[in-house]
Amino acid sequence: MSWINAIVQGILVGGLFALFACGLSLLFGTMKVINLAHGDLAVVAAFLAVELAPVFHIPIIWSFLFVLPLFLVLGYVGQRTLIQASLDRGPLTTLLVTFGVAIVIENLLLQAFSADSHSLDIGSLGTASIHITDQIQVAYLSIFIFVLAVVVLLGLQYFLSRTRTGHMIRAVADDPEAARLVGIDYRHIFGIAASIAFATVALAGLAFGTYSSFNPTSGASRLLFAFEAVVIGGLGSLWGTLLGGIILGVAQAIGAHIDPSLQVLAGNAVFLVVLAVRPEGITGRRVEA
Amino acid sequence: MTDEPRPVLDVRGLTVFHGQLRALTDVSLRVDAGEVYAMIGANGAGKSTLLRTIAGLHQPTEGTVLLDGEDVTSLTPERRLVAGIALVPEGRRLFPSLTVEENLLVGSYHSRPGPWDLERVYRLFGWMRERTHQRTAQLSGGEQQAVAIGRALVANPRVLLLDELSLGLAPVVVRQIYGLLPELLGAGMTVLLVEQDVSQAVRAASRIQCLLEGRTTLEGRPDQFTPEEIEAAYFGLSTTGPAS
Repeated sequence: MSWINAIVQGILVGGLFALFACGLSLLFGTMKVINLAHGDLAVVAAFLAVELAPVFHIPIIWSFLFVLPLFLVLGYVGQRTLIQASLDRGPLTTLLVTFGVAIVIENLLLQAFSADSHSLDIGSLGTASIHITDQIQVAYLSIFIFVLAVVVLLGLQYFLSRTRTGHMIRAVADDPEAARLVGIDYRHIFGIAASIAFATVALAGLAFGTYSSFNPTSGASRLLFAFEAVVIGGLGSLWGTLLGGIILGVAQAIGAHIDPSLQVLAGNAVFLVVLAVRPEGITGRRVEA
Repeated sequence: MTDEPRPVLDVRGLTVFHGQLRALTDVSLRVDAGEVYAMIGANGAGKSTLLRTIAGLHQPTEGTVLLDGEDVTSLTPERRLVAGIALVPEGRRLFPSLTVEENLLVGSYHSRPGPWDLERVYRLFGWMRERTHQRTAQLSGGEQQAVAIGRALVANPRVLLLDELSLGLAPVVVRQIYGLLPELLGAGMTVLLVEQDVSQAVRAASRIQCLLEGRTTLEGRPDQFTPEEIEAAYFGLSTTGPAS
């Protein structure tokens, strides 16, 4: 039974991984930018909640009300300035620039908040759980985060397939030059895509902060897990990302159940196996030569 | 003194470089309303570069592009579409992850007011209505070309630029597509097309111009020239041809 518990917990954590991964996937899918600062941005969102919720006198659980709009704006402005400027100089530049941003963010956070761990205290919701059997207990928070991830993915799916802006994002992702020929200002569309990606990473950061403790250097491992979820699931598929997150979560949970020190290693091992056996990911289509 | 009709598209003295390479040298053309104007020339003559420059994808080092007398030379491609210049690019360049209908919708999002909408495109290409939810990769070459034309039409351009319509298509499909031109002209559009198939261009166009290595070698009404003269201009033969 304790195995089943581990698997259930793993599935639920997979939602959080998918939440981290979808923004990474969206940025890469539309403008071929691998944002190495992705994990650190999530940590920034969590620190903003810690710092600003008391200032605005609101409970931490409502902190998304200001963190989310802030990241929407930050995403658009960041794309139209820094990311676009580096895109214009070639794909390698975007890697270097986002890597640089990651380092700057980590060090600024260390400077401002020291290396101490923090967490987002949301009161009783953080600890309450449903008692299913003696050995299977599911925290409300885990369920809530999983549901949040599914809702975000459903929302993204609807947005990309049904709305005018969603169609334009997909057109620009396919062929930016052809998109210009039908009147689309691709830079503006890139900005909107980045804005949405930043909003999802802010949500992921807040969810992460309520789920476990974090410190200024937590971002790198978040980035790695997000990458792994995207690659396992298959690039460019939102549901593949969820599946990838779940597989990674279950692998980590099983590893941890065998021996706590195996948690991350088990996830990495599954990732490497997928990369070796099925590099296009579980749901990905093989790229025709 | 004579009040000449103002051309819809007036291209003056375009010179375009691709890096070090001079792709176009001092190319001019005037296309009047309701006209079909054909650019002919061999591979690499600069025909596609000319259309792409008119659409705004290349910036000329010299020369201007006027649309209805307005200088659009400094406008981006997306602003030129709204001004009324639409290009159906070489190789069709449909959006592969979008369906037929979504391709057309994306074409209509920045459209000018005018008679063309998705419904009219579906009336023009009857087969399309049943296949609106298919990905464009599942279509034949001719069908893809039709979607590419439809995607440009729904923007309601003043000037439609068609680059190598016949490329990779069966002759019967090419004839069908050229058969559409009267309907487009009837709707008030003006067409500038690029074609390697000279006989096709001569049949369809009211004016032709031949490019050779980025320079104009011949310009006028098709019936002004003998096939030999066109051939000489096309291949750059040194003979001046029969005296006119």
